Amino acid sequence: MIVLRLPGGLSLRLHTRALVVGGAGTLLAASLAVLAVGAGDYPISPAEVLRVLAGGGTPAERFVVTELRLPRLATALAVGAALGLAGAVFQSLTRNPLGSPDILGVTQGAATGALVVVVLGGSSIALGAAAAAGGLASGALLAALAGPRGLTGHRLVLVGIGVTAILTGVNGWLLTRAPLTDAARAALWLTGSLDGRGWANALPVLAALAVLPAVLLARAPALRLIELGDDTAAALGVPVRRVRLAALGAAVLLVSLAAGAAGPVSFLALAAPHLARRLTRAPGPNLLPAAALGAALLVAADQVAQHAVGGHQLPVGVVTGVLGGGYLAWLLASERGSRR
Amino acid sequence: MTRPDEKEIRTMRPGTARLVGETLTLVYDRRTVAENLTVAVPDRSFTVIIGPNACGKSTLLRALARLLRPTRGTVLLDGADIHRRPARQVARTLGLLPQSAVAPDGITVAELVDRGRYPHQGLLRQWSREDERVVVEAMAATGVATLADRPVDELSGGQRQRVWIAMALAQQTPLLLLDEPTTYLDIAHQVEVLDLCARLHEEQGRTLVAVLHDLHQAARYATHLVALRDGRVVAAGDPRRIVTAELVEEVFGLPCRVIEDPETGTPLVLPAARRRPAPTAG
Repeated sequence: MIVLRLPGGLSLRLHTRALVVGGAGTLLAASLAVLAVGAGDYPISPAEVLRVLAGGGTPAERFVVTELRLPRLATALAVGAALGLAGAVFQSLTRNPLGSPDILGVTQGAATGALVVVVLGGSSIALGAAAAAGGLASGALLAALAGPRGLTGHRLVLVGIGVTAILTGVNGWLLTRAPLTDAARAALWLTGSLDGRGWANALPVLAALAVLPAVLLARAPALRLIELGDDTAAALGVPVRRVRLAALGAAVLLVSLAAGAAGPVSFLALAAPHLARRLTRAPGPNLLPAAALGAALLVAADQVAQHAVGGHQLPVGVVTGVLGGGYLAWLLASERGSRR
Repeated sequence: MTRPDEKEIRTMRPGTARLVGETLTLVYDRRTVAENLTVAVPDRSFTVIIGPNACGKSTLLRALARLLRPTRGTVLLDGADIHRRPARQVARTLGLLPQSAVAPDGITVAELVDRGRYPHQGLLRQWSREDERVVVEAMAATGVATLADRPVDELSGGQRQRVWIAMALAQQTPLLLLDEPTTYLDIAHQVEVLDLCARLHEEQGRTLVAVLHDLHQAARYATHLVALRDGRVVAAGDPRRIVTAELVEEVFGLPCRVIEDPETGTPLVLPAARRRPAPTAG
């Protein structure tokens, strides 16, 4: 724990491990990003990549970096950070290490939006927008169904499971309505992929990341108290319902925009905050470490997806699903072992 | 900015009540728990609320702590409607330890206790020297200082409850409300927690309000007892004066005898024995 005290009664407290994990995660994401931009059929050395990013390099290199690889990479970083951040909020709000947007129905809502566009026909931009709208709508549905009694931990999970079930049914129906070629396109989208993503995909997520982390960070102390129980938090002066609604709204927005950009990339929102919590050993939402690790994980997973299987690319959702699922299974098994 | 401190606690005069519930109608889960209920918490008292299950004890405590808005009537804190005052400001005057408190996985004692400083902190005032001092004092007062770096989920029930009380103390409120602080504890830990409460009341001059189940403990520790039945106050006052066999019969429907506790001289309630057939010889 580091405490900075300034004249005038100002004081800042920084959790050392959280700081280290957040810093190391950011550094890791940045270095992976530089390696990722250099990797491919036209390899560029990391030093050269940095030179191009600073404004140098040959025209060919500039074209490869800024036109071909950077947009996809920016999408990966932004989507990863958004999912890590949102996942940390969901786990904190539900007081449940498994509370993720995949379980609460937000991901399925985004899929519904996307599938409607697939069935009715539309551009990939329309598809992204519809996915984001679908995610937001399912978040609103979640809040409405949870009712005036509020979005307390268990209620949120139970209502979320209901929303997920409903939307999974709707999605299945939509898929059967789609012509075969469109259904194949939809299935690819549903896996979560960064293939062919450009600035138009990355920008909405980047814009959200410019604003929402500040909104969430300002509420982190209140979120930490809500983890102690609603009554405990309220007795300490936290406006529980308002904080929860604001945090949920921000997290749903992040997940929806991320799904709009890359499709429902599975397990990242679950794994990144978990990993952050394990590394920082700090209770509470661990917002920034989760975001940094989310970005690093998605860039790494996308490299695996692009280059691991020789000859053809995998959708990144396959990699996060396999790795994230494996990680989760290992986690549950080892936690069970360590608790008598 | 007003902050409660030792000085404020000392200046509270006896015979007055900073916390009063006036003609309260309390509805919880669409059930009317109390109507026209008036309760005052005498300053510097250790007030204990007793009554049978579902008589409205915890609901009343929640209303007094601003967690439940009365359908009718007002809860007055220092003469002003508690619901019209900012939550943070109330939280610097009045603390509550609810039954439903949960310790997140892996949180340490010190981390949990320092959560109690929230109402005194801000975005740019995250950890003052004052915060540090108060947290250390709260842990010392509750005897958990040596456990500071231990995870809360590894502690015994009694230790854990003392940690939660330390968190409430770190909130530094002259008024502290406790909802069944002894539930799920064995008898030794119950006494440990109640002795701690009595000490906080006597040595630090805090006003305490607790909901308790055990009549004997209530009579022993309370300086002011409030007996509730069906959402109304049957009797309120010094337990030595008000705890009688008639009162217990009226509140709990339990025939009993009341004798003097040989340890403390406070009333001791002995439930009437079921008549058993006399053992036959041979």
